[in-house]
Amino acid sequence: METGLVLLLLIFPLVGFLINLSVGKKIGRSLPGIIATAAVTGSFAISLFYFIQILSTGQAIEVHLFQWVAFGEFSVNLAFVLDQLSLLWLLVVTGIGTLIHIYSIGYMHDDENVDRFFSYLNLFIFFMIVLVTANNLLVMFIGWEGVGLCSYLLIGFWYKNQQFNDAAKKAFIMNRIGDLGFLTGVFTLAYLFKTVDFATLKLALSTTTTPETSALLGVAAFCLFIGAMGKSAQIPLYTWLPDAMAGPTPVSALIHAATMVTAGIFMITRLNFLFDLTPDIQYFIAIIGAVTALFAASIGIVQTDIKKVLAYSTVSQLGLMFLALGLGAYQIAVFHVITHAFFKACLFLGSGSVIHAMGGEQDMRKMGGLKGVMSITYITFLVSTLSISGIPPFAGFFSKDEIMLVAFQNSPILWVVAMLASLLTAFYMFRVLYLTFFKEFRGTSEQKKHLHESPSSMTMPLIVLGVLATVGGLISLPFGYSWLNNYLSPIFSGSDVVEAHGFSTEQMVFMGVSTLIALIGMSLAYYKYMTKSTVPEEDEKITGFAKVLYNKYYIDEIYNTIFIKPIYAMSNFFNSIVESIITGVVFGFALIAKGLSAPAKALQNGSVGFYLSFFVVAFCLLIICLFLV
Amino acid sequence: MLDILEQVGINNYIYLSTLLFCVGVLGILYRRSTIVMLMSVELMLAAANLLLAVFSVYHQDVSGQVFVIFAMAVAAAEVAVGLAILVSIYRNIGSIDIDKLKNLKG
Repeated sequence: METGLVLLLLIFPLVGFLINLSVGKKIGRSLPGIIATAAVTGSFAISLFYFIQILSTGQAIEVHLFQWVAFGEFSVNLAFVLDQLSLLWLLVVTGIGTLIHIYSIGYMHDDENVDRFFSYLNLFIFFMIVLVTANNLLVMFIGWEGVGLCSYLLIGFWYKNQQFNDAAKKAFIMNRIGDLGFLTGVFTLAYLFKTVDFATLKLALSTTTTPETSALLGVAAFCLFIGAMGKSAQIPLYTWLPDAMAGPTPVSALIHAATMVTAGIFMITRLNFLFDLTPDIQYFIAIIGAVTALFAASIGIVQTDIKKVLAYSTVSQLGLMFLALGLGAYQIAVFHVITHAFFKACLFLGSGSVIHAMGGEQDMRKMGGLKGVMSITYITFLVSTLSISGIPPFAGFFSKDEIMLVAFQNSPILWVVAMLASLLTAFYMFRVLYLTFFKEFRGTSEQKKHLHESPSSMTMPLIVLGVLATVGGLISLPFGYSWLNNYLSPIFSGSDVVEAHGFSTEQMVFMGVSTLIALIGMSLAYYKYMTKSTVPEEDEKITGFAKVLYNKYYIDEIYNTIFIKPIYAMSNFFNSIVESIITGVVFGFALIAKGLSAPAKALQNGSVGFYLSFFVVAFCLLIICLFLV
Repeated sequence: MLDILEQVGINNYIYLSTLLFCVGVLGILYRRSTIVMLMSVELMLAAANLLLAVFSVYHQDVSGQVFVIFAMAVAAAEVAVGLAILVSIYRNIGSIDIDKLKNLKG
């Protein structure tokens, strides 16, 4: 019964994928969306069931299907585990997944390939479930690769546009670099402990501490972190995420904001017992996280494409999560993943709603004044903006504040960096809000006529997510009243921080500072875009440092020069020189064979009479040899 | 039956059959018309059948004659297929001259 139900959880989206893939074209425009949504809803219902069950029992459920790989003492099982961590993630993935599926029914209504879209979305959900429920690193790797594939397919969904295809390829290749790291990490762990099973690893790690092992552990942790860098878009592998906005907006919301990009955080949280043993790597993670947070936020403040701003904001928020991970505050990172999933999904879906109304326009310079026309979108966007900026009592405030607190306690420098990042976050988010929804409309009159509030299938998920972005903070209140910390405590063995219940002045002051910073960012944006009613300048007029920021620090160009061009040069070299040598050798052999066979060729002259005479003569000779000689 | 065989002599049967077979072989080798070649093949088969029947009587074993019946049935089928191929060749190249069928030249 248990195995069956857990399998159903996995199989629902897979079946949805298969149905839409095989007969999606024949069942009309609206049915694929309904099937896909039903599939995800089914998974969500099962997740919810197990979540409620684990709340009362506290027992993780393990499902062991069969032995997958076995050689020597090393074996891997195809097994899944539903514990506190994976159930939490399952709820986020399938819950937000359901909402975004519903949203997509409205958003993708006019697309000719709506069936393909929904089949990919279902496939993504399936792989994401595999990823989070995996019982060992190899099964996790199936999901890890699978979500990367779906991300590739969905970024390049509008395949007729070459730029979008390039973005898809970029995402895929960047992820492959990370995957290589991930695999190396897995192999190192398998070499050290002859197992990739989480539970066994945990046990093995708690007992072995020879110097050689701990050196290799560092290598493993570092390699796994490279995997996380690729998947969760951290410096230096982040450049694919902003480009990934080429995909349809629901995809950006689901995959490139709420779920897939948090896979790196999930993996590190899952392996917390490993990272706890490698403090150097942890410190490195914290630094990378903080630097990414600031770096991406600084790019975000000058972008004019509404989705690009949100993309950089995602990179920046992921950076904050990694900062928390690096400081060993796993539950805080998980908390921020959850609140971030709420408000960022809401922001993306809101921007999708805006883009839908604008007829595909994404440039904020051509928007403005949408507040009156799209009131639901506006309110939910406002709520999420307040939440991401860290203004109490919205969800983002609580999670961000905890990250700041833990950063401050460990390293004031990282705290300053993170604070700057959140100042910039508040600034650019309110910049988006003011530019999009306030002042006069700056688009064409044709667009103005077309402006409308989105259909209810799109606004309903917005409202739900807006509510979640408001109240999501309740799951982990400060001053020791954190439900989440208690809930997750079985996952973290070493780091169960017992916080004292009650108010501390330090924490209060700290919250005040955080809020103040957010308010400063907000008022700066208000001053610049409301009081002075500035509109970002045309591309050519941007000068100075803003130009550097607008061009994303020229990172793409630098990568192009350092990596892509040399590889192209090398490929050209091989193509022109080495290739011709190899071809020459192969052709040479062919020519020799051809020359040698020229006399024999004359026999094959095509005359049937000739063949027959040959046949008779040969047969006679055979007879003579056999009987007469 | 056996007395007829004894009167004529088994040697003569073997000579006749060998002669028939050689006529068939020469027909295949020297005639250019495919239809005649097909007839020559039939001649060779008839020679073999004759020999089978003769030895069957000689050894007083009926299975040789059964074999002949089978061989004739197969030959009939083979002729049907062969003629069909010929018709098809004729429709394609307007001739059944064996020397014109040179498309398989290497």
